[in-house]
Formats: sequence, C-alpha cells, structure tokens
Amino acid sequence: MGNVLVLAEHRQGVLRDITFEMLNVAAGVAKDLGGEVEVLLLGSGVDEMANKIAGYGVKVAVVDDPLLQSFNADQYQKVLSAVIDARKPALVMAGQTAQGVDMAPALAVEKGLPFVADVIGLAVDGGTLKATRQLYSGKVNAVVALKPADTYLVTVREAAFEAPAPSAAGAVEKLDSPLKEEPAYRKFVEYIEAEVGDVDITQSDILVAIGRGLKEDKNLPVIEALARAIKADLCGSRAAVDAGWLPHDRQVGTSGKTVKPKLYIAMGISGAFQHVAGMKAAKTVVAINKDPEAPIFTVADYAIVDDLFKIVPKLTEKLKELKG
Amino acid sequence: MKTFVCIKYVPDTSEAVVKVNAEGTAVDSSRFSFDINDADNYAVEESVQIKEKHEGTVTVLSIGPKESEVMIRMAMAKGCDNAVRIEDGRIAAHDPLMVAKVLAGAIKGQEFDLVLTGCMAADDGQMVTGVALAEELGVAHAAMVKKVELLEGGKIKAYRELEGGLMEVVEIALPAVLTIQTGINEPRYAPIRGIREAQKKELKVVNLDELGVDASAVDGGASKIVLEKLYIPEVVSSAEVIEGDPDQKAEKLASILVKGGLV
Ligand SMILES: Cc1cc2nc3c(=O)[nH]c(=O)nc-3n(C[C@H](O)[C@H](O)[C@H](O)COP(=O)(O)OP(=O)(O)OC[C@H]3O[C@@H](n4cnc5c(N)ncnc54)[C@H](O)[C@@H]3O)c2cc1C
Ligand SMILES: Nc1ncnc2c1ncn2[C@@H]1O[C@H](COP(=O)(O)O)[C@@H](O)[C@H]1O
Repeated sequence: MGNVLVLAEHRQGVLRDITFEMLNVAAGVAKDLGGEVEVLLLGSGVDEMANKIAGYGVKVAVVDDPLLQSFNADQYQKVLSAVIDARKPALVMAGQTAQGVDMAPALAVEKGLPFVADVIGLAVDGGTLKATRQLYSGKVNAVVALKPADTYLVTVREAAFEAPAPSAAGAVEKLDSPLKEEPAYRKFVEYIEAEVGDVDITQSDILVAIGRGLKEDKNLPVIEALARAIKADLCGSRAAVDAGWLPHDRQVGTSGKTVKPKLYIAMGISGAFQHVAGMKAAKTVVAINKDPEAPIFTVADYAIVDDLFKIVPKLTEKLKELKG
Repeated sequence: MKTFVCIKYVPDTSEAVVKVNAEGTAVDSSRFSFDINDADNYAVEESVQIKEKHEGTVTVLSIGPKESEVMIRMAMAKGCDNAVRIEDGRIAAHDPLMVAKVLAGAIKGQEFDLVLTGCMAADDGQMVTGVALAEELGVAHAAMVKKVELLEGGKIKAYRELEGGLMEVVEIALPAVLTIQTGINEPRYAPIRGIREAQKKELKVVNLDELGVDASAVDGGASKIVLEKLYIPEVVSSAEVIEGDPDQKAEKLASILVKGGLV
C-alpha cells in the first residue's frame, strides 16, 4: 500500500533524465504515504536499462514485450491501466514530456484519477497530496490539492527536480505483459532526426539570441550587425523560429538545441522554461528585455531593462569602438 | 472532412505585470489584452488548409466569455464555417479534464473526422485538454503535431515533435484528435472579404443545459482537483542590473563585455 509508481522514460535505447529526476520527490511522497518507490519500465529487451535504474536503490518492475519496441501512447496506456489495477499504487508519476503529454491525460480520464500536469513541487500536507504548478509562463504559481482517491496521477516538469546519485542495487521484477496485439488505432512509423544547418550553435562561443520582441523580420539587420561586431552566431526562441525569422536549427530550448556558449545575449526573450532549459548552461548570460519581471532575468548575469531597439545600435557602435 | 477546432481566448501576459488578489484565489486580469491562444491560431490555419485541400467543413468550439466572439469571428473570417461558444459559470475551468468533458459534449453525437486543439494553452500551460478530449470521445489521438498527411483508407500520418526537435511519425486511424504545435504552418491574415462574410456565419451561444452536458459532471464538485492558492513566485535574480539612460546602459554593457574578455 501507498507505493509510488514512477514511469521510466526512454527513447532510441537511452533512458531519459526525467526518469531519475522523479526519484527524490517520489521517495519523499512515498515516505509520507507509508510506501516505497517502484519504477515501471516498459520496452523490449530492456534488461540493461532495468539494471541501471535498479542501481539507484529502487525496485524496478519491467514489462518486456516486443509490442513495446517503440513508444506508443495507446500501448503504454493499456499497460499502465492493467498495472494500476493489479498493484494499486497510491501515486503514478510520469514526465511532462512528449511521451507523458501524449498518454497521461487519457489514462487519467480512463481510470478517473485525480490528475495534475506539469508539477514543479509535490508533497503530502496534512494527509492531502498537493502539487505546485505554474501559470502564465511562470509568472504565477498555483497550489493544487488532489481530492482523496486510491490512486493519483501527476506529470513532472523536466529539470524541475535534481536526480539522486546511484546508490545500492535494487531488485528487478518481471511482470506479464497485458498486451496481445498491435494497437488498432495507432502505429509507430519512424523517427526523423532534426535537420542540420550551416552553423552548429551547440559549438558556438558567443550567441546572440532573439525572441518575439524582435517584432518583425525587417528588424533583423540591427541584430545581425551586433552579431558581426562580436563574431557571434544568431539563435533564438521558438517564437522567433515559428515566425520564420530563423531556421529551425537555430532554435534554443527543449524542442530545439541545448547550447553552452561563453556568452549568451538574450534580447526580447521572456525566458519560458522551455527556452531556459536550452541555455542555462551558458557561462555568462546578458538579458535585454523591457519587462522587469521577465523570467529570463532569473538566469541572467547582466540585466538591462529597456527597449532592445534603443540599446542594440549603440551597443554595437560602442563594442566596435572598444575593440578597435 | 468534417473538422472541429478548439480555440481558447487567453491573456497576453508576456509584457504584463501580473497580480494575484489578497486571498490568493484569482489573478487580476482586468488590464490584460486577450487574443487567440498561439497554438490554436496554428490549429485554425491547419483546419482551414485541410478543408481547402479535401473539402468539408470546420466548426469552431470555444468555452469563453462574450468578448471572445471577436476571436471566433476572426477564425471564421479565415475560413471556418460556423462556431459554438460555450459559456457557463458552473464549469470547473481550472481543471482541463472538466474542460475536455465539456468540449466532448459539444462534439458527441455528430459525425466528424478530425478535432484539432492547440498543444498548450499559454495561460495555464497544461497540455492536457486535447488528449483528454480524445479519450472522452473514444477516438485516436496524437499530441504535439507539427505536420499532418492524409492517407488513403481513413488514416493519417502525424509528425509529432519530440524533445530536441526529433520527429516521431505515427499512423493513426480517423476520427482522431490532434494537438497542434506552433510552427506547423504560416497562419494567414483574414482577408477583408472573409471578415465581412464571417459576420453572416452562424455563431451559436450555449450553456451546459443547452449543450446537453450534465453540469454536475463538470463542476467544482465533479473535479478531482482543487485550486487552493495562487501566488507570485519570488523572482530570484542575481543579475547585475545595468542602470542609466539607454545610451549609458549600452555603453556600460559594452565595456563590461570587453573588459571582462567576454567578446
Ligand atoms: C512542447 C513545447 C516545447 C517548446 N520548446 C521551446 C523551445 O525549444 N525553445 C523556446 O524558446 N520555446 C519553446 N517553447 C515555447 C515557450 O513556451 C515560449 O512560448 C517561447 O519560448 C516564447 O518565446 P519568446 O520569449 O521569444 O516570446 P514571448 O514569451 O512572447 O516574450 C517576448 C519578450 O520580449 C519582450 N519584448 C518585447 N518587445 C521588446 C523590446 N522592444 N525590447 C525588449 N524586450 C522586448 C517582452 O517583454 C517579452 O518578455 C515550447 C513550448 C512547448 C509547448
Ligand atoms: N476554454 C477552452 N475553449 C476551447 N478550447 C480550449 C479551452 N481550453 C483549452 N482548450 C484547447 O485545449 C488546448 C490545450 O489546452 P491546455 O490543456 O489547457 O494546455 C488549447 O490549445 C485549446 O485548443
């Protein structure tokens, strides 16, 4: 009773970090509920992954089935549904990831579970499970209580929690697969790798990054002049790429690239967590934004609160002058 | 093709100062400017492109206030055929599972091939509604779709955008719900003629009773979650704030970058 079931996530043969990031918070909740953490791993030929997870001192339950060769939301939902019936966990945790968002809401509806998505905090408070999540791209936090139930479901934001270090070896248990056939509605076809462009921004030393604050593409030359002056490469937020100002391989963030330049100058970028995840490893971050409360300032080393178009031309001029 | 497209009227808070009331129960939205959710704008464009290629009709669904009719008319000006606006104070709007149930109530009992939603609403950022809606309707789905191809035999190929920009291609059977990711297309501007025509298109306004949805199945009592408290998170910034008039700020930053050997 009271166990916390963590859904392991893997893709193309590699366990994704979110699997481990859920472990500490799962352990905290399990302790309060008087249970333990169990990781559920679904796949085909996944012994090695199971052992790796067990190395974090947790029990691993494995459903190993050729029908689980690649992620398929329908199949995952069927297995989870069966496992919930059989093992009655108090809480099921999955990542708020491309896999999690494709599966968890349907599972919540099917099983009638209290469900909170994209949690950044989770604790038992006076016997009630409470989740913290964000609204308005991080400008407001919400505490959400889950009404009493046998099983709760949450999805956890990536990089919101620290993963523990590997510790003692836990046990691996094989479960029977409830699957009998390929799903009727949905078939995995293939993966297509992201396109490669002329510049690999993951290798750049200096990046000048633009966001929706650029307003229109006719403003690009101002930014390009700055980039030329300091031999920087250009990159940007998803909004800048969606608008067609930059090609997709210049997108920084969860659905783009993770960069680690010496200097990252973010202009007209609000700093949504999906963007920050891709640039927070930069050594020095300069943020220019006219909104003093823009979340980008939380990861900045130097902040300018102003209209970027009033700053950038002068900045370029001065940099040219100082560098001679 | 018969398509439904679900759109939400959301505040643009990217430059706004957001304040929560003293009780921590509501955000003061009186000074926000509202418009169609970013991803939903792409969903509207996709639905209209599908109609242009494969004929059929597009119906707009939105749960929201009277003011949102400007947004709904704009979607019709771009080519959607008709719309249903649902307004009812009893809906537990904080719970996307309840929202999905209401949307399902507006679709159930009608023939359809596709339902498009945005992959995320920018205000509450759940990424839940579309996939929950598919389960309510008992049809297939794919989340975070960045390309759609119609195949023979009542199937489609959906290209799902995963972390790092990797695409996962799945084949799913129609009818289906797709949650549309931004960047899938280039949303058009409404043509002047379309704006005029949109005024004549049907926009039905209904409450839960008229929709035939049992209010007690989608209200705060039915929801399994309770919004307990809202608060403004502390912005912890260790950044050195560069002050002065714009020129001074630019000059100071330039010298910091050069002296620090950063450029
Ligand atoms: C599944 C998923 C994956 C995603 N992946 C990514 C990703 O990989 N990368 C990514 O970036 N986003 C990603 N996003 C989108 C993310 O949630 C945000 O919508 C996006 O990062 C916002 O981009 P932005 O900061 O450019 O625009 P906005 O949030 O609109 O911010 C614009 C900013 O510009 C400022 N501004 C406006 N005018 C000026 C001016 N003249 N001078 C100075 N400042 C100005 C404003 O104050 C504001 O802060 C993803 C979203 C989802 C749902
Ligand atoms: N009130 C609403 N009216 C119509 N559609 C909605 C509403 N709320 C959410 N949606 C749809 O569900 C999508 C995802 O919302 P969410 O799950 O809240 O992130 C949105 O992009 C819309 O397409």
